[in-house]
Amino acid sequence: MAAASGIALQAPQRDPAWLGRVFWCGAALVLLWPLAVATEFRPWLLFDERSLQVSGQFLRSFWPPAHDADFLMMVLRESWRTVAIATAGLSLALLIAVPATLVSTRVLSLSALSGRMAGGPFWLRQAVRWALIVLRSVPELVWALVFVRVVGLGPTAGVLAIALTYGGMLGKVYGEILESGEAHATETLLRNGASRLQAFCYGLLPQNAAELTSYTVYRWECAIRSSVVLGFVGAGGLGQQLDGSMKLFNGGEVLSMLLVFVLLVALADRISAGLRRSLG
Amino acid sequence: MKPMPSAANAPYRLPPPLFSLRCRACWFTLALVLLVVASFWSLDLQWSQFLSLAALQSMGRFVGEFFPPDTSVAFLSKVAVATWETLAMSALGTLLATAAGLLLALPASRLHASDAARARTPARLVLNALRAVPELVWAGLLIIAAGLGPFAGTLALAVHTTGVLGRLFAEAMENAAPGPAAALRAQGVAGGRVFLYATLPQIVPQLLSYTLYRWENNIRAAAVLGVVGAGGLGQLLAFHMGLFHMGKTATILGAMLLLVAAVDALSYGARRLLTR
Repeated sequence: MAAASGIALQAPQRDPAWLGRVFWCGAALVLLWPLAVATEFRPWLLFDERSLQVSGQFLRSFWPPAHDADFLMMVLRESWRTVAIATAGLSLALLIAVPATLVSTRVLSLSALSGRMAGGPFWLRQAVRWALIVLRSVPELVWALVFVRVVGLGPTAGVLAIALTYGGMLGKVYGEILESGEAHATETLLRNGASRLQAFCYGLLPQNAAELTSYTVYRWECAIRSSVVLGFVGAGGLGQQLDGSMKLFNGGEVLSMLLVFVLLVALADRISAGLRRSLG
Repeated sequence: MKPMPSAANAPYRLPPPLFSLRCRACWFTLALVLLVVASFWSLDLQWSQFLSLAALQSMGRFVGEFFPPDTSVAFLSKVAVATWETLAMSALGTLLATAAGLLLALPASRLHASDAARARTPARLVLNALRAVPELVWAGLLIIAAGLGPFAGTLALAVHTTGVLGRLFAEAMENAAPGPAAALRAQGVAGGRVFLYATLPQIVPQLLSYTLYRWENNIRAAAVLGVVGAGGLGQLLAFHMGLFHMGKTATILGAMLLLVAAVDALSYGARRLLTR
């Protein structure tokens, strides 16, 4: 009896959970294997002699970063174009988002005041919502690819791509913001005979203006980021120049442009954070 | 004490003037309008070309060419393989990024008050640099080393996501309740074990939710990474669009939309389920 309890109190000789651990490690390998096959995951290719030579050469060409006056002027001009594409795209996105929000917000429905919303308005709202979801679901890069085909290379494609994707995003989120707030003031206005636009301007908008502006500023920051990426499919701005320099293996130019891009994004981040803080 | 003189009615006040030099919102609005005008003015947008009748016709023709989408079994199976490739890229990229992010988050966080954390600033600098460069740019750079194909895309996703997750993980570690770790440290337990037995168990749910959130983002990103040649649905899209196979392009676009919508719906459902 005493011996038995002595054995029971002894620390186990080996890991009591070994079976489970071995099983889960095996299961992870079995699960990871098809992923590695599908992604052609062959890390040793990176250390292949020819690949090492090419990437080594490319990396060496990074220093010194390109800094002659002509190049810097070009980078400055293209950075402005990047910001301009984002700003113009977002302004057009607002042209899509604001009317869509006004049409699709439930709170502004007259028939919903007395119980259920009528069939027609309900389906109209639903249709607008679905349209916004479709606009938002197509990545902006794909919109840009399509528009580059239609309007040719240049900033027009980038502006349109940002306008459509961000129009969908802003429309959806504006709707959510407006519906999550207190609806009492708006309802009272509507019940007392205010028009829907009046109810929106005097009831819904003052309540949510800060949040709406803050989200729009945040999206502007995102638009700057994505307008650089859009340049890679030929939609103008810093991205297009970056793509060109990468294809020419011009490491110095790539490094300068990456640095400028990071600074630009950091600056936009600062401005947007400051604005949002002052909105409260 | 003399009572404050008060009017029977509140004194009548004029509304504030529409513009005054001290009104910050006015200056802000003015700057905004200027920025928008300057943007439209400086970009040579080809509205005339875009909105002209000929352009609208060519646009209509372009959209018309999308129909009918190519739904032959051979092509559909090709799209299915590319979709699987996209999912695999995002999953493996996120997994690699979780491991690398955790490794970089350790030096990037101050785990207790007397921790000198000398590596904190440089590690955070590395994480910020990884995070600041978008996936697509990473893919463009990594294609040079890893060659065309999904491997470069996987690495690009992993590198960018390492930056994002590393920073989030470091924040989570610094915000974990210090009590359990302090108790172990007072007993003389070494740093690594303190982390494994006190800090890590606390933050695992948070790490998991960050990772799942990034995976969701990465699926969306992986779908388009291919346009620079980094595998997945995007590469198929860029290829067929380049050759003007519009029917096939329409099928791929449909698959992309379905993928994104499915991910959105799943994550929405999961969030509803978890926060109920």
